[in-house]
Amino acid sequence: MKARTDVLVDVQGLVKVQGRLPVLRGLDLQLGRGTFVALLGPNGSGKSTLLRLLAGLARPDAGSIRIGGWQLPHELAAVRPHIGYVGHETLLYAHLDARENLRFCARLHALDEPEPRIRDLLRRVGLEHRAQEPVRHFSRGMQQRLAIARALLIDPALLLLDEPFDGLDSEGTEMLLHLLRSGRERSILMATHRHGLAEGLADRALFLRQGLVAGELSLADHAPGALAKRQAELTEAP
Amino acid sequence: MLRDPLRAALSIAGKDLRAELRSRELLGLMALFALLAILVFSFALELDRPGRKDAVSGVLWVTLLFASILGHNRSVALEREHGGFDALLLAPVARGAIFAGKLLANALFTLIIALLLLPLLTVLYNLPAFPPALLLIVPPGCLGLAAIGTLLAAMTVQTRARDSLLPVLLLPVALPLLVTALRASNAALGNLPETELQTWLLLLLLVDLIYLAAGFLLYESVLEA
Repeated sequence: MKARTDVLVDVQGLVKVQGRLPVLRGLDLQLGRGTFVALLGPNGSGKSTLLRLLAGLARPDAGSIRIGGWQLPHELAAVRPHIGYVGHETLLYAHLDARENLRFCARLHALDEPEPRIRDLLRRVGLEHRAQEPVRHFSRGMQQRLAIARALLIDPALLLLDEPFDGLDSEGTEMLLHLLRSGRERSILMATHRHGLAEGLADRALFLRQGLVAGELSLADHAPGALAKRQAELTEAP
Repeated sequence: MLRDPLRAALSIAGKDLRAELRSRELLGLMALFALLAILVFSFALELDRPGRKDAVSGVLWVTLLFASILGHNRSVALEREHGGFDALLLAPVARGAIFAGKLLANALFTLIIALLLLPLLTVLYNLPAFPPALLLIVPPGCLGLAAIGTLLAAMTVQTRARDSLLPVLLLPVALPLLVTALRASNAALGNLPETELQTWLLLLLLVDLIYLAAGFLLYESVLEA
C-alpha cells in the first residue's frame, strides 16, 4: 500500500445513481487497518453498491474513495492486487474445476508458486477431495466455499464480503467463521443480514439507510442482541 | 503488481479454450449453424457451375459473419455466468490484455469454423480445386471478425437486449471487413484479376489494424462503463 496510515479505506461524499435512482447519497465511511466492520441495513440501502464501488467494479458518480492512499478510480490498477471480493455471484467458471479456477485467479494476479496456497485453501474450505470436479457439478454452498477461497487466495489487505454466509450449511458457516477469525490482520467490510454472526466477528457495525450511514455501533463490549435492537431503533426513526 | 500483459492474455485465452474443450458448446453451435447455412445457400441459390463459383466467397464470409455473431453471443453468455466478467475486472491486468485474451480465443474459434467450411464449400460449390491463396485471406478475416466482435460483445453485454443488439451493431461495423475479405477471396478464386488479390488483402489487413486499435483503445472504457 502507498502510505502507512491507520485508515485503509476513506470514503467521502460517495454518490452512485442507478438509472434515475440515487443508491448512495453522499456516504462517508472510514475503515481502519485490521478492523472488521459489518454493514447492516435493509434491502436497497446501498450495501452491495458500496462494496462494488470499493472493489472497482463500478464507478462513483460523485465523491471520493481512497484505499491505502490511492484514489479510485484513477489509481485502481494499483489497488486491485490488494482487494479480495465475494459478491452475490461466485465469479467462478463453471466448466473449469475447483483447482483450475484458483490457478486461473493466481495467474491473473501473478502469484509466485501458488500451488501450496491453493492446496491449503482447498483443504480449509473442505473441497480438497472435489478439487478436480467441474464447478458446474457443485452445489450453491460448495461454489460459495470456492468463491471464498478465491477471494482469500491473493491474501488481500482489504476483504469485501457481500452476504458471504448465503448458501452455506452449518459446517460451511463454521468454516467461514474460522477463516475470518484467523485473518484478523486484514481489514474486512462485510454486508450481512445475519446479526448474530456479525456480532461474533465485527469490531464495529454501520447501519445503512437510503444510501447513507444512519448510525453505527461499536461491538467491543456489546450485549448480545444489541445490533438487532439498534437497527430496530434506526428503522423506526423518522 | 501488474501482470505481464502477454502472459495474462494467454492465460485468459487458455481459460476460454479449456472451458470450450470441456463444454464444446460454442464450437458445436457455430459449426452446426455454419453447416446448415451453407446447405441452405446451396439449395436457395440453385446456381449453375460458374454462378456457384461467383457466389462461394459471399457464402463463406456471410456464413462466417453470422456464425461469429452466434459465437460471440454464446461466449459472452458463458462469461456472464457466475460473474466471469467481474472476475476479470478484479484482476490486476491491463484491460488491453483482457481484450487480447478474449480476441485470441474468439479468433481461433472462428478460424476453426472457417477451416471446416473450406473443404465443404469446395465440394458443395463445385470448385475445381481448393485455392491455397484463400489460406492467406481467411486468418486475417477471422482475426478482424473476432476483434470487432469481441469489442462490441463487451459493449452489448451490459444491456438487456444484448442477444439482438450485437448483430444490429456488428453487421454495419463489419461491412468494411466483409467487403475486403470477399473481394480478396474472389480474386483468389479467379473471379477478379489476380493483381487485385494483393490490393484487397492489404486493405483487409488495414481494416484488421483499425479494428484491433479500436479494441485495445476502447475495451477499458467499454468494460468499466
